[in-house]
Amino acid sequence: MTRQPEWSSPVETFSSPQSTGRDEVVEDLLENAPCGYIAARPDRHIIRVNATLLTWLGYDRNALTDKPFTDLLAVGSRIHYETHFAPLLQLQGQIAGITVDMVTADGSRLPVFLTANVKSDSDGEPLLLRVTIQDARDRRAYERELLEERQRVERERARVHLLARTLQRSLLPPSLSPPKGLDASAYYHTASADDVGGDFYDLFPLAHDKWAFVIGDVSGKGAGAAAVTSLTRYTLRAAAVFDADPVSVLQNLHAVLSQESRDTVNQFATVIFGVLTPHGGEFDVHLASGGHLPPLVLRADGRARYADTIGGHPVGIPMEPKFSAARFRLGPGDTLVLYTDGLTEARTGSGTERYDYHGALLEFAAAHSPTTASAIVAAIQSLLDGLGAGVEDDAAVLALGVPLVNSPAAEVPRE
Amino acid sequence: MRIAGIEDGPTIMLAHGFGCDQNLWRLIEARLASRFRLVLFDHVGCGASDPSAWDPRRYESLQGYADDILGIVRELDLRDVIFVGHSVAAMMGVLAVSTDPSRFARLVLLTPSPCYIDQGDYRGGFSRNDIDELLDSLESNYLGWSRSMAPVIMGTPDQPELAEELTNSFCRTDPACARVFARTTFLSDNRADLARVSLPTLVIECAHDTLAPREVGTYVQQHIDGSELVTLDATGHCPQISAPDITAQAIVSFAGAP
Repeated sequence: MTRQPEWSSPVETFSSPQSTGRDEVVEDLLENAPCGYIAARPDRHIIRVNATLLTWLGYDRNALTDKPFTDLLAVGSRIHYETHFAPLLQLQGQIAGITVDMVTADGSRLPVFLTANVKSDSDGEPLLLRVTIQDARDRRAYERELLEERQRVERERARVHLLARTLQRSLLPPSLSPPKGLDASAYYHTASADDVGGDFYDLFPLAHDKWAFVIGDVSGKGAGAAAVTSLTRYTLRAAAVFDADPVSVLQNLHAVLSQESRDTVNQFATVIFGVLTPHGGEFDVHLASGGHLPPLVLRADGRARYADTIGGHPVGIPMEPKFSAARFRLGPGDTLVLYTDGLTEARTGSGTERYDYHGALLEFAAAHSPTTASAIVAAIQSLLDGLGAGVEDDAAVLALGVPLVNSPAAEVPRE
Repeated sequence: MRIAGIEDGPTIMLAHGFGCDQNLWRLIEARLASRFRLVLFDHVGCGASDPSAWDPRRYESLQGYADDILGIVRELDLRDVIFVGHSVAAMMGVLAVSTDPSRFARLVLLTPSPCYIDQGDYRGGFSRNDIDELLDSLESNYLGWSRSMAPVIMGTPDQPELAEELTNSFCRTDPACARVFARTTFLSDNRADLARVSLPTLVIECAHDTLAPREVGTYVQQHIDGSELVTLDATGHCPQISAPDITAQAIVSFAGAP
């Protein structure tokens, strides 16, 4: 007996001891390979299928001979094959690793990876298609899990957006109801759809023909900041009923926030609280600032300046509270603009430059003066839009303006 | 968009169908270039088209694609165009020549189907479920589309140019565009539009095509007045690739006829 080459000796141990082995090994490899084999004519008609594939699909050998192998593909995969893979196979002579579903004899689906190449004659005319098929059930199940996971993440994300939007909305008044003879307008710019910012504003009536207005910014973001914002809003409303003096209101808020901070991380807020008192066709403004950015006062004659509110401390920081108060009057054509630092701290350009480092906001306000509450809010809204992704934090704007007596808007009687 | 062939020859416009791009005409281009001026292009959303031109609303109907074809014809001021549309582009051609017949001389419909879904007595070959399955198949295939296709297509060391072109073309197919195009292709019903064609028309079908079976080819021929039907001894849906000689011959003998 001739000595077999080294590689074939282990194979001989399981093949018949009488045979020389070679043909049988090849035949066994073809039939029982760990992948499916199809040999087909260029018109796709099957010449031969191996036993592995027959077992996977549950077909009898005779049932498949001379049938187009594309008949074994699920319809969706067949269309995909005809429109994408067949022309590629033709043009390139091979395709690999494409994902299709095959249909088994009992009608169930077998996800597979299909690889094929073409045997051609010397003129390039195809003679034979060789197709191998790998069972891809595990892999496809894994891919499906990935896909489902991605879809779940997208759904969750949508849910978080909705939650954040709804929570944010609940922290702002649904509409502004200013006193007769005053126009009010507000805008809230959301920097991130996933998160709730701590900016807020409010405008509400007090007793004795007075109105209160508020703008503020609670430190931090997210659910914690939202809870403090909510606490701040109803504390301000309650405190204003008790004693509407702006400094007293902020002191009350300070007491509540300090109390709250004892149990948790220190939470503080910058706040302006003000009271409006009508006075003929004008409004007396009495406000107090707890570390908030100074409001802009835009006069009917076109002058723009900051109200003097410098020197107050943020509300809730663990030190003796100090708030600065200011009084002034808004006449016809005057507009008061309150805002948060999402606007002034917006990045401009790629460096460290921020929007209001060099007095840009006052220049902007002066350029738009005289104005009305709605016009200046619209102008700031487009300013924020123009700053785009540079606005890294939420920004709130509240404007209160006394219409000019002669303006058409003022002549329309308000309900 | 690309113009090939001879400048003063009759103009043939070659429009590709769902799946690939104008590369599928390469074997036909080689066979027609000596006698015709050839206008080739990629539909918006396919191949090397401008991604910014994509508009999911415009391309949810075949008229959107047909209007693009008319746009090209008018921009190049083409006249007496012989329009050759493969697969779904055949129906784009039907819509284009019905909308503005003045620009076209002849129409060639290569493996057309006016409606892929069975409707009443009409046999398109597919059910709505089949089409949903295709859309699912596209959806799950695109998970690994660029990753699995790119190495495949690049694995043709003997034809590097071809490989690169196809790779680029396939990689540029945005899955979102392909999904819309698939829906538009397989859910459209243009049977009523066939009667609007008044040009000399040639229908070319394959003897064995599961996407556009022979009864569909016959249906199209019967519903376009005076049209001719040629059945190629070919398998599959893309005879311009699998049987380029007889496909080109059929086009030439129709396009070149007096």
